[in-house]
Amino acid sequence: MSTLPPIELVEGVDPVATPRRIALVRPDRRPAVRTTDEKYVMTFPNLILREVILFQLVVIGLALAAILFDAPLEGIANPLETPNPAKAPWYFLGLQELLHYFPPVVAGVLMPALVVIALVVIPYARINQTAGPLWEGAGPQRPLTLAAAGGAVVALFAAFRCWPIAVPTAGVLLAMFAARGGAGAGRVRRALTKVTLPEWIMVWFAIVATILTVIGTFFRGPGWSFVWPWTRAVAF
Amino acid sequence: MTTLSLDSVFRRLRDTDAWRSVVRHGTASTNRNRSLVVFENLFLHVHPVKVREKTLRFTHTYWLGGIALACALILVATGVLLMFYYHPSVPQAYRDMKELEFVVDNGLFLRNMHRWAAHLMVFATFLHMMRVFFHRAYRPPRQFNWVVGVVLLCVTLLLSYTGYLLPWDQLAFWGVSVGTNMAKEAPLVGEKARFLLLGGNIVSENALLRFYVLHCVVLPVALLLMLSVHIWRVRKDGGVQGPPEAPRGKEEVR
Repeated sequence: MSTLPPIELVEGVDPVATPRRIALVRPDRRPAVRTTDEKYVMTFPNLILREVILFQLVVIGLALAAILFDAPLEGIANPLETPNPAKAPWYFLGLQELLHYFPPVVAGVLMPALVVIALVVIPYARINQTAGPLWEGAGPQRPLTLAAAGGAVVALFAAFRCWPIAVPTAGVLLAMFAARGGAGAGRVRRALTKVTLPEWIMVWFAIVATILTVIGTFFRGPGWSFVWPWTRAVAF
Repeated sequence: MTTLSLDSVFRRLRDTDAWRSVVRHGTASTNRNRSLVVFENLFLHVHPVKVREKTLRFTHTYWLGGIALACALILVATGVLLMFYYHPSVPQAYRDMKELEFVVDNGLFLRNMHRWAAHLMVFATFLHMMRVFFHRAYRPPRQFNWVVGVVLLCVTLLLSYTGYLLPWDQLAFWGVSVGTNMAKEAPLVGEKARFLLLGGNIVSENALLRFYVLHCVVLPVALLLMLSVHIWRVRKDGGVQGPPEAPRGKEEVR
């Protein structure tokens, strides 16, 4: 490659022979250029090889699972013979567990619809995104509002005797209110102040969804009664 | 005559006109050729030529989206093979399961692989969503890709659910009966939607055919389209977003 000729700086007073470039910088719009010293690497081989290895690991893992565990196959479908309990696939057992506490229109339609809507609006709902302490700089109004809203949710689920939701909700609320900044607070309580409100809600959702799914999958027997998981086989 | 080693054979092969017509660049021994590997390839060119080094760390993404994608590819491969042995009719569908188990070479392995890959895909997609949320990677400019991701989660669940009926055993029949009975409760449209889905008022042969078409044609095409948008948008929105970073002192403003 040929080397570029060195840049010549020409100074002169004749504006036609040596035009000058003038930049106007408005004080409210400073043209800031961000530079980082971040390290970049070539996609091939660094990323591509990792992707290939990942794919191979997934194939190997699934092949091992396929060798060790057979997919279940029961008798041929018979509409006249209802198994007890009749269970949906595991990822819907949280919803089916809800059916135990709520009327079908709530458990089967309203709640899943609310979950999907809530997931979709997450990036557009700009609430408390600063990751700062939840109570900092806020008057007594914010804790009171949250306590009232959280208490109402706990009371609602408790009224339906839906303890798998009411109890974790109360637990998450307690953790939320345990968040304290300052030197006097312990490490855990200070760490809790870094959790934003959307994160509290997602933690709550993840805990409740997990608990409901685990109960529905492992702890429900004939007539949707509570059983211990070791008393019956679980089919996926 | 020069000595014939494997290496020299490959080198000569790479220099043939036929090889060069497929892969235009030489071996990836220079950064120029490494760039060409990525942007002269239809499938790789969603990647930039260079990536930030820290995005390669395990804790940056936990590779969860990659695991879900790997599952999707495995599911297409095993699913197409399973289609060769499957009739979506009653009672042949169930007999085909028995054929796969006892007659077809590695038939049971094929079905096992498809089933565990399906379970893993649902699980990995859910964890991927959690990872993106807690890394705050849904924030601008990635809002829309989050929404695409939610749609993909729904499509994944529907794929898994429609596939659940196809073995036509008791587990499949009653699992789907329970689920579609829930759909019936939706106000106004519930009954009609269920009838449309099942091709009748109960889970029957018509439902099996409809679920088969949804599972093997409609939903995979939907998944492929949305997945393409999803992956393309990852690139367009500035690459994978890992854990949120504290404002760095090193960053200078010129």
